[in-house]
Order: sequence, then structure tokens, then C-alpha cells
Amino acid sequence: MSSSPTPELLDKLAERLGSHLLRRDAFRGEATVVVAPQAWLETCRFLKEDPELAFGLLVDLTVVDLQALGGSPRFELVAHLYSIRKRHRIRLKTPVPEDQAQVPSLTPLWKNANWLEREAWDMFGVRFLGHPELRRILLYPEFEGHPLRRDYPLRKRQPLVAERDVEEPRSMVSEPVRYPVDPRFKTFGV
Amino acid sequence: MKPIPQEPPRDHMFLNMGPSHPAMHGIIKIQLELDGETIVGSQVEIGYLHRGFEKTCENRTYTQVIPYTDRLNYVSPLINEVGFCLAVEKLFGLNVTRRCQYIRVLMSEISRITDHLTCIGASAMELGAVSAFLYLIKARETLYDLIEEVSGARVMPNYIRVGGLKSDLPEGFEERTRLAMGEVRSVLDETHRLLTRNRIFVDRLSGLGVISAEDAVSHGFTGPCLRSTGIGYDVRQAEPYLVYDRLDFDVPVGETGDNYDRYLVRMEEMKQSLRIIEQCLAQMPQGPYQVDLDGREMTPSEVIEGMKAKPPLQPIRQARIRLSPDLEGTEKRSVQDVVADDKTVVFPPKEDTYGNIEGLMQHFKLVMYGHGIRPPRGEVYQAVEGGNGELGFYLVSDGTDLPYRLRCRGPCFHLMSGLSTMIEGETVADVVPTFGSINMIGGELDR
Repeated sequence: MSSSPTPELLDKLAERLGSHLLRRDAFRGEATVVVAPQAWLETCRFLKEDPELAFGLLVDLTVVDLQALGGSPRFELVAHLYSIRKRHRIRLKTPVPEDQAQVPSLTPLWKNANWLEREAWDMFGVRFLGHPELRRILLYPEFEGHPLRRDYPLRKRQPLVAERDVEEPRSMVSEPVRYPVDPRFKTFGV
Repeated sequence: MKPIPQEPPRDHMFLNMGPSHPAMHGIIKIQLELDGETIVGSQVEIGYLHRGFEKTCENRTYTQVIPYTDRLNYVSPLINEVGFCLAVEKLFGLNVTRRCQYIRVLMSEISRITDHLTCIGASAMELGAVSAFLYLIKARETLYDLIEEVSGARVMPNYIRVGGLKSDLPEGFEERTRLAMGEVRSVLDETHRLLTRNRIFVDRLSGLGVISAEDAVSHGFTGPCLRSTGIGYDVRQAEPYLVYDRLDFDVPVGETGDNYDRYLVRMEEMKQSLRIIEQCLAQMPQGPYQVDLDGREMTPSEVIEGMKAKPPLQPIRQARIRLSPDLEGTEKRSVQDVVADDKTVVFPPKEDTYGNIEGLMQHFKLVMYGHGIRPPRGEVYQAVEGGNGELGFYLVSDGTDLPYRLRCRGPCFHLMSGLSTMIEGETVADVVPTFGSINMIGGELDR
């Protein structure tokens, strides 16, 4: 069974968050903490770096569209964190309004946040401020709309995409990189 | 983020590996920037197999989702089913019977072995060791035979149900499993002799595709790829689900996080899975078996007291298990021990469906559009240890028969996000074993 952090740790988190803590509940032994969007990055940083909480693993990051539930604001950003050392799990959420669908990016904290946030943008159209390259990941650039939103019809057809011109590839490195030659090649006299 | 110059340095060459490349099993594109033969930059592009899994599931009933989860990681489909069914059961707060839990563990471990066999076999073949591939796939086939015997299908079993299983194990399954285990064990020994100290194989793997423990955690690595870096995180051990806390097994870890360590971790995990399977066969409760509403075993006196109660306690089951070839093992005596006692969730035995009005209605209430399984409102996250790492299902229920939101956390997605750091600085030829040791499964990656 998954284990939520001890009540003392949750109290400590609540104390730290202060007025940024919007809601806190538990269902089937899983702790959920809802924070204000402006405290999103700082809360994650605290959860990751505090030695008692030590949530080192960003398990998952996703969005729930609350439109059909009549939720307001419309989106909810959901992160699942896990601490390998402390063996506890937490669900962190923040409300995201539709007209201003943007949240600070978690890329400074976790490397997999890059792809997870790209997917959230791709599927829900939530923007992440400070993300290095926020572009679609599973779908193609010409795709219209964000398919996991509740108002995107299940059987909607997308227009055909014109053939693209081949682009000149752009370098992925900023300065010349010289990696050392693999020592195995020396045996061949290279 | 480093600034990207518009003009690539003159001596760099760009190479597209994939989306259609023999070594890119599954479709994926890796754009490489090469200096001579050394990779100086890379970009991984995914999404070629995106099928809208989550969107589809949000428009299907819970029961209809189960066969679709088979298509996520299609080399270990039973683990996906177990993960999804556990998530739905968690929403209900439902416990399944002990025998069912053992069978689920047993089938998960068989699936884990098929997963690892495929991974090692395919990566060995890409390095030229075709004979090892054939031996490993032969062993996988004996396991597929077992799965076929139980579920009726080799690759897409659709065997686990919310609240139980499709049917109990067939007669004689235990002996045949033991035989298959012996065969797998001998193939593993053979593979060790063929590969583990093979000069060509070791040279192509060791010291390559290295990832540090910090990077691995930061990229969200789980499963064999994380354990190869020395971090022994395994969901089965850290958060035991089903009956893993009653079973004795070790979690192998590597040291350096290179391809060779990943190979060794997988080889050892298969041995541990064999151990788990043998323990399951030994511990699995057989025959007459009573449980109460919480899935707790009851003593005979408790059963008698329960029968006296008014109304009598429903979930008292005493049927022996025998399987007949007709009705596909879904008749009363073979399902009663492996399904939970909740008529709003599990399908009735086929005699009841065809034989009396209550059974017919129970079946219809679960199958008909607009009825179906209706978990209470709420949200749960359930993780299981898949072939490649933590496989999670995040379910949001609004109390209707359709999942309001179903999110699948596939381990491959996170592993692939770390591929660039693993291949940069190495040669083009090293992409193949590194990519092979990650064991990317397109169905789970692109969903």
C-alpha cells in the first residue's frame, strides 16, 4: 500500500505554506495538498530539498480538466512525488484558470519535468513559464487544439498537413565539444 | 539553456536514426549531431505511436479499459492489467481474495520474465548474438504457452478483472509451470554462458550508456535502469501491493549504471521472479476457502456464526475449484475463489447469467451502456512494478461508469527523456546497445 507522509510532516508543510495552502485532504490513505499557483515552484523545491520530506522523484505530472465537473478554475495541475529514501508519497495540486493557463516550470528541479510539461502543454494547452522549449511532444506541430480537454470531441478530424520543406538542421551544441577518443580505438592505431 | 547558434559548425554531420530503423524497435527518431563518429548532440523525438490512450479510456467503461491496457507494454501485459484493476479496486476500497492475489502475483512475475527475456534477447541480437536471441525467445514461448492456457491468448490476455480474475487457474497448471520454470532456468544458465563473459558482448556494453544515480533520479528513472545505478527502489519492496510482503525475494542493484549493469540486473531479476513464482505455487491457498468482507480468512466457527446471522453474511464461499473446458472457466465453482464478493463490480458465474434472472440482471447491469461499474467519487494513484519500472495509474472518478480522468504513468517515457544524456559523448554504434538496454516499448511510451 502506498504511504502518505506522517501527519507531523504534513503539518510542517502546511505551516511552511501558510496562506498558500488551499486545501489538504486524504482519500484511501493518499495525501493530497493543493497549493496556490504562485507557490507551485517553491513548494516543489521545499518538498524536494527538505531533508525530512526528501521527495527526490517526480513520479508524474499531469493535468485534470474539471470543465465537465463544473470545477472552477478549469484546470488542475497534478504532480505525484515520491521519496525513495523516506518511502512516502504525496500528491500536489494547483488550480490553473483557463484564461491564464500558465504555471512556473519545474525544469530547474527535475529533468523529466521537461518532457512531462511538454506533454501537459500538448494535451491540455497549459503553459509553463521558464520552460526551455515548450513544444508539442506526442503530436505534430500542426495539430489544432489540445485533445485531452473535455470539450475536444472524441472523433474530431484534423486537417491534412501540407508536406514540409526539409529544414537545415540546427546545431544542438553551443560551442565546439571535443569528447575524448574512446580508449578502445587505440588498439586499432587510430 | 545554452544559446543555439543558427549555423552548425562546419565539421558536424547530422544523422537521423529512425523513425524507421532496424535497431529502433518501435518507432522513434533520434537526431544525432556527429563529430566524426562521436555524438556531440542529440534530440529524441517520440509520439509516432500515439493512439490517444487516455482520451479513449475516458470514453469507455472501466471494464472496457482492461483489454486496452494490454496494449501499453505489450511484452508484459498482465502487469498493466493488474495495475489498472488495483487502481479501480482502490477507488472502491475493495479487497480481493487471497488466492486471487497470489494468482495475480504469479502472472505478473511470468510477465516480468517475458519482458526481460525479450529485452535481453533483442539487444543481444542487435549486437550479432542471434543464437542467444533464439534461445531466449524459445523460453519466452513456453511462458506464453502458460499465459495462453490460463487466459486463452498469448500476447493480449485480458485476464485480470476488477475485483478478481476472469477464471481460476486450469487443472495441472502447477506442474506445467514448474516444468516451464525449469526450462527458463536452463535457458538463463545457457545465456549466462553465452553472453555474460563473452568478450564481444561485454566490450559493447560495459562502460557505455552510463548514467549517474542523481541524473537517473532526476530523470524519473525507475525499474532496472534505476537499480543499475545502485539505487534499490522497487515498488514491490518499497510499497508492497498484493502479497509481495509475504514473499521472499531480493532486489538486485548495479554499481555503475552502464549497459552491462542493466543486463546483469535484468538477468538476476528473472531469477528472483522464478523464486517468487515458486513461492506463490507453494503458498497459494487451495480448495475450500472462506473470507469475510475485508478479504480476511475466516475460521470454520466464524463461518457458522456468519451463516446464523440475519441476513446471513454473503461472502462465504466454500466451493472447490475445478475447471471444465466449456464456459471458459467462468462457471461458479472455478470463479468463486478468485473474485471479490461485490455484485456491483464482479461478473456473476456463467450458470447464473444464463440460469436465473438475478444473474442475468447482474451481468447486464455491468455490461450495458450507462450502467457498469461505478466507483465512488475520488482520486487514487496506484503504482505497480512493471517490466521497466514504476507503472502508475492515476484515476479520477466522478461517480459514473466512465473514468473521469485516467492517467497512465509509463516508465519508458521517463527513461527516454534520459536517453540523450546516456548517448552523448559516445559513438553512433553505441546508440544501439544503449537504446536496447533501456527497453523502450512504444505502446507505453506514446500511449
